[in-house]
Amino acid sequence: MDIEKEIQEQIKSNPILLYMKGSPDAPQCGFSSRATQLLISCGKPFSFVDILSNSEIRTNLPKVSNWPTFPQLFIGGELVGGSDIMVEMHEKGELQEMIDSVEEES
Amino acid sequence: MTVCSKIEAVLKENLNPSHLEVINESFMHNVEPGAESHIRVVAVSEFFLDLNLVKRHQAIYKHIEEELAGPIHAITLHTFTPQEWEERNEESHPSPDCLGGSSEEQKE
Repeated sequence: MDIEKEIQEQIKSNPILLYMKGSPDAPQCGFSSRATQLLISCGKPFSFVDILSNSEIRTNLPKVSNWPTFPQLFIGGELVGGSDIMVEMHEKGELQEMIDSVEEES
Repeated sequence: MTVCSKIEAVLKENLNPSHLEVINESFMHNVEPGAESHIRVVAVSEFFLDLNLVKRHQAIYKHIEEELAGPIHAITLHTFTPQEWEERNEESHPSPDCLGGSSEEQKE
C-alpha cells in the first residue's frame, strides 16, 4: 500500500492514536513521554506508532497531517495536536472530554 | 543571524505579537554547546483570536519550515490571544525534561 494511504488508514481505524518517539513504556523524548502520561491519565486504551522504528511514517506523516513535529495525537480521525496542545487541553479538562466522547471499539 | 533571532524576526513580521519570547533551551539537552536545537516560543497575538490551537501552531510552523528542516530538533509552542495571556497571569508551561534521547538521531 502507498505509505500516505497506509497512514490515513491508521488514522481512520484507530479512534485514539499517538504517533510518538519510542513506546508508552519507554518513550524516547520528553514531549512523547508527556503526551503518553496525559493519555494514560485519561484512562482509555489508545494505539501508538513508534516513528523511530518506522522511518517511512516519520518522513511522510508530516505531509499528511500538515504538522512537522512529534508526537502527534489523532482522535476520531482528526489531528488534535502535539504535546503542547495536549497539556493545554488537559488543563481545561478538554482532553478528557474528547477522549470520553470516543466510542469504544466494538 | 542565530536561529532564534531569525524565528523572532519572521514571527514579529507575520503575527504582530504583543508579546514574543523565542528561547534557546538547548542547554537542557544532550547537544553540542552553542547549539540551537531545542527552541521554545511563547507568542501572544490578536492573530490567534479565531484560530484553534492546531491552526495557531500550523500558522507558526509554516513560517519556520526551513529552520524545522534544518537545525531544530525540538520546538515547543505556546500561543495565546492577549486576553488568554492576561488570564493566565502571563505564564506558560515549562518544557519537559530531556530523556537523553539521542543527539545522533538529530540528523538523518
